[in-house]
This record gives sequence, C-alpha cells and structure tokens, in this order.
Amino acid sequence: MIRPEAKTLLEVRALRASVSGIEILKGLDLTVKAGEIHAIMGPNGSGKSTFAKALAGHPAYSVTEGTVLFEGRNLLELEPEARARAGVFLGFQYPIEIPGVANSQFLRLAYNTARSERGEDELDPLEFDDLVREKMKLLEMNPDFLDRSVNEGFSGGEKKRNEILQMALLEPRLAILDETDSGLDIDALRVVAHGVNRLATPDHAVVLVTHYQRLLNYIVPDYVHVMGAGRILKTGGPELALELETRGYDWVSAEPAGAAA
Amino acid sequence: MSAVIQNLVNRPYPHGFVTEIESDVAPKGLDESTIRLISARKNEPEWLLEFRLKAFRGWLAMAEPVWANVHYPKIDFQAISYYAAPKPKKLASMDEVDPELLRTFEKLGVPMNERAKLAGVAVDVIFDSVSVATTYKQKLAEVGIIFCSISEAVREHPELVRKYLGSVVPLGDNYYAALNSAVFTDGSFCFIPKGVKCPMDLSTYFRINTEASGQFERTLIIAEEGASVSYLEGCTAPKFDTNQLHAAVVELIALDNAEIKYSTVQNWYAGDEKGVGGIYNFVTKRGLCKGVNSRISWTQVETGSAITWKYPSCVLRGDNSVGEFYSVALTNNYQQADTGTKMVHIGRNTRSTIISKGISAGHSNNSYRGLVRVTPPAEGARNYSQCDSMLIGEQCGANTFPYIQVRNHSAKVEHEASTSKIGEDQLFYFAQRGIGAEEAVSMIINGFCKQVFQQLPMEFAVEATKLLGLKLEGSVG
Repeated sequence: MIRPEAKTLLEVRALRASVSGIEILKGLDLTVKAGEIHAIMGPNGSGKSTFAKALAGHPAYSVTEGTVLFEGRNLLELEPEARARAGVFLGFQYPIEIPGVANSQFLRLAYNTARSERGEDELDPLEFDDLVREKMKLLEMNPDFLDRSVNEGFSGGEKKRNEILQMALLEPRLAILDETDSGLDIDALRVVAHGVNRLATPDHAVVLVTHYQRLLNYIVPDYVHVMGAGRILKTGGPELALELETRGYDWVSAEPAGAAA
Repeated sequence: MSAVIQNLVNRPYPHGFVTEIESDVAPKGLDESTIRLISARKNEPEWLLEFRLKAFRGWLAMAEPVWANVHYPKIDFQAISYYAAPKPKKLASMDEVDPELLRTFEKLGVPMNERAKLAGVAVDVIFDSVSVATTYKQKLAEVGIIFCSISEAVREHPELVRKYLGSVVPLGDNYYAALNSAVFTDGSFCFIPKGVKCPMDLSTYFRINTEASGQFERTLIIAEEGASVSYLEGCTAPKFDTNQLHAAVVELIALDNAEIKYSTVQNWYAGDEKGVGGIYNFVTKRGLCKGVNSRISWTQVETGSAITWKYPSCVLRGDNSVGEFYSVALTNNYQQADTGTKMVHIGRNTRSTIISKGISAGHSNNSYRGLVRVTPPAEGARNYSQCDSMLIGEQCGANTFPYIQVRNHSAKVEHEASTSKIGEDQLFYFAQRGIGAEEAVSMIINGFCKQVFQQLPMEFAVEATKLLGLKLEGSVG
C-alpha cells in the first residue's frame, strides 16, 4: 500500500555494478517505502537478477558506483550476513543445495540468528519445531522437508516454497524475490503469493523480480518498474504490467530513457 | 573468498605447550644396546628382549615404504631418542603424580580423577614413553577386566602378553611395525574375560612431551568369548619446529561372539602454517576377528600430524564376523594424510563396512587408500565402501585409491565415492540467511561427517565436532 507518511526502507541512487569486469547495472535509481510492493520486470539480460544479488552482497557482483541506503544505513559497507541480519532477504532464483545439513537445522539457525539480532531469546528445537510446522501448513508444505538436506533433491517448486518458508520465518523488513515465480505450477504460484501477501504489512516491503505478469494476478503491486540495459526505464502502477503483457517490452526501450510515468 | 577460507583454517594449536618436568631420556641413536637399555629399564623378561632383538634385526634389513602418497625428507633414525620418562616414575595413586603433570592433563582436558569418575571413563595416560596413571583399575578388576600399561601387563600377566603380542601384527609386518616391535616403550593393555561386557569406556591418552624423542606405544586388547569393550584413544603433542616420529602398533583380538569398538581422536601437532614441524604419524593398527560372530569396529577422527600413514584393518577370520571402519581425516596447511583400511575376508558370511570422509583445506593433500580382499574360502562375503572427499579452497588435493581383490564368486562388493567442494555460492546462501562463514562451514562439515560421528561415544563426538571447527577456523571465506 502506498502511504505518503511511510518510512523509506530502501534508497538506491545511480547504482552501477559489474560481474567479471562487465558492467551490468548502469545507474539504477529506486526508492522503496515500508508497506509497498514493487515489481521489477524486464526482458532477459536487463539486469534484474544482478540488481537483486548486488543488493544482497553476492561476492561475484561488485558495485562500482552509487549508493544504497537501507533504513538510513549504508548497505554497501555491510558483509552479506550483516545485510541479512539488518533485514534484507533475498529469495533465490536457483536455491542452493547443501547436502548433509538438515533443513530443520538450517532453518532454526537462520531463525535464531534473526531473533538474537532483534534481542529476543532463541527458540529451542522443540519450540522451533512447533513454529515451523505451523508455517509449513500455511504454505501447504509436507513436514518431511524438515528432515531432508537443504534443497537437496527438491523439485523446482519445492525449492521455491522452501525459500518462501524461510521468508515467512525470518519476517524480513525487505524481501527481494528473484524470479520466485519462474517454473512454478499454478498451485505453487498461489502458495507463494499467499506467503508474500502475508508478509506485506505496513512495516515490511517486498520487491518482486519477475519476468511474467502471471504472479501479479495474485499479488497486486503498488509499483511496476521496467528495467532495460541496466536501469529502470519506466515506472507505473499495476496497469503497466498488463500493458507489458499485451505489448511486450520493446516499446518501453524505444521510449527515451528515464521517461517515467 | 578463499582468503576467508584461509583464515578460518589457521588457528593456533592449543596443545602446543611443553611441560617442565624432569625427564629420564635415553641418548639419541638406535642399535642393539639401545634396545637392551629399554628392556633393562623396564625389567623385562628374557623372551621380550628376544622379541625386540628379532624385530630389530628384521628391521635393519627392511626398506622404508615409499608407496604412500606423502612426501617428506628422509628420517634420521639415529637422531631420535627412543626412551623418555618423567621422573619420578610409577605411582600407586594419583596423589603421587607430579603436580606439573596433572596440570598438563588439566590443560588438555583429559578426564582424570573425579572428572574421570563422573564421566565414567577409565583412563590410562602415556606421557612420552611411560604410563603415568591408570584410573578405575580396581573397580574393573572386580569383574576380571585387566586394564593397565603394557609394561605392567608384562610383569603381572606375562602369559597373556606372550600369547597375543605380535599375533595380529607380526614382527616383520612392515617397516614401522618392526621398528615399534623393537623399541616400543609403553602403551595400554586390556583384557576382557569371557562373557564380560566392560561396564565403562576405557580410554588412553597419549602425549609426546620431549623434543627429539619418538613415541612408540604398543596397545593390545583382547576380548574373550562373548566379551565386549569400547576403547577410546586421544593424542596431542607440544609444538616443536622439528618433526617427531610416532610409530605405534595396536593389536585387537576378538574371540567368538566378542566385540571391540576402538575410537581415536588424533590431534598430534600438525606443524605450523608453513609446514614446519609436526608429528610423523606412522601407525599400524589391526584387529583380528578370530572367533565366529565377532565384531571389530574402528572409528577415527584424524586431524593432527604433519604426515599420517595409517590403515586400521580387520582380518575377518571367524565365520559371520564383522569389520567396520569409520573415518574422518582432516588436513590443512601443508598436512599430508594417506589413510584408509584393509578388510580381509577369510571366514564365511563375513561382512565389512567402510565409511571414509576426507576433508582437505589449505595446501594439504588427503588420500584414502583401502583394500578389500575376499579370499577363496570367504563364501558369501559382503563389503560396502563409501569414500567421500570434500575440498575447501583451491590449493588442496584429495585422492581415492581403492584396491579390490575378489577371489570368491559369491562375494558382493560395493564401492561408492564422491567429491564435493564448499563453494562460494553455498557460503553466500548461508550468509544471506544471516549465518557467517565459520558457522556455515562447521555445519556443512558436521553434516558431511555425521555418519562417522554417530559411531563415536557421546563425549568424543562432542570433542571431535569442536576439534574440526577449531582446525578449520580461518580457512573459509
């Protein structure tokens, strides 16, 4: 929801970033306030995922210019784990498999890390088990996933649900979901959307990085941004997504850069 | 990223202190007179001196083995002192132990005294060459269990020692076993009589304290018909920038329906981050499943030593006997390990399991070498082997050398192997959930080693988990 009095969570100014020496982000600006849902759309190679990973601090992505403030703090000088603890969550496009580490153990450690960051007591394994089972029920996840190794042998849809489960547990201030909808069937899509809509309260914000309009049938964004050539070319409301669906992306990049709605 | 990995592995060795204790050290060098001196110091019977001399003469004619995947300068066996004992020696009770020595063990966290009793672990402590104290002896004696130093066993139970010593690892078995047979100084002896289940874990703690002394301990464990015992062994040494030699021999004998479980947490000094100093750990460990339905299980967590050359093995002679080998070998910096097992199937329906987990970090090199031999009479033999390697960083190496010799058509032998790597993407995934590199690595490593840690007695499993964490600190990132 858009509220003029809402606090600014994320402020990105003129961000430039590169991977293996190739510049991908070329001056990106974005402001996200508490309570808002943003969708970042754009064709392949426009820099959407790079933006998500650069915000989270992936070591392969180096920021060369620009500033990123998160709740007023300089996010770029924080280590990736400190960014996470500060409340920035990245839902991975390709969640990583970690053989030998039980999902329950991983989730509990992540959850307790977030709790101690907030100055709350850690949950013991039994308390945590109750909590995580309840959350899994909401996401229609089979509790067997707790005993399996993190993401190992999970199907694409299971991996994505597991990401949403982590988001639901950690309740981050800002969740950036990198193509969480790709490869999902309609049921999984509905479940993922449900998880996102639950998180979207006045204190939290969500940035959806997505290729298709499909997810936006279930999650109504406050803003839709179109990326191209490493920056945001156009910003609009939910109706922009529908327009993209019918007209494609080419007409946006044909307009003069920075022509925002 | 790999710089973080580097830092994580490089944590100072916490056991690297030297204890200021007056020692009785034999002059350096090795010839027949050295052996006579050791034997005389220990007031040994004539047969044992003969045993030693025979081994020594055999050793002189043997060549140092070069087949292992380890590299080191030639050892000067004349530059080693073959006997070092803290003085005053041999004590009746713990109160007589040199307080300095007790403080050493306190620093090491060895459970002795009350702590030993609380932990329910009987401990034999070997300091350089001499057994210092054996706790809980009396209580064990009530059920007929003999647990003492091997020197004491030679005096008090010569018939048992004579019967079994060298019966599993013969005098001339290999270069280092022959050397050990010639110059072994102390070690543990354990005898579980027929039908007795040892009521507590037995434990030996080894420490090399004197620079330029070698440690050559000899351990002999016998479980008679229907007996069972769980035995634990821990090892540390101070930091010296010279290399010290540790060449032990361990022999296990399990008679009908007997069970021996032998667990080791080896943390000898591994040398510094440039590879200077550290222990050469050349050890021969072998168990004989002599009786039907007997079982011998080796579990080892090898984290120390500059070089490890060690293959705890099982000879499955009794029908239906079972051999197991569970191993975690971690190498860092310039450590080298060539370790594994041998399972020799002789009896019918014998079974063996090998689970080996190798972790390499820094510039280290970690090799698994294992032999599964099914001899013609071993009808229905089965083996399952699983060898997994994990690499941390870009400079280390891992190898697997499985040898499989099957001479009976009814045998089933399975071998699985995998290699994985702790990668940047895994660590980033953890980091993105607020979990730092050290914790992430320890979680991955513990998951990787789980199958082996499950085999360790509880306190040992906790210690092993901590130890791996310490060893890898600074190696990830």
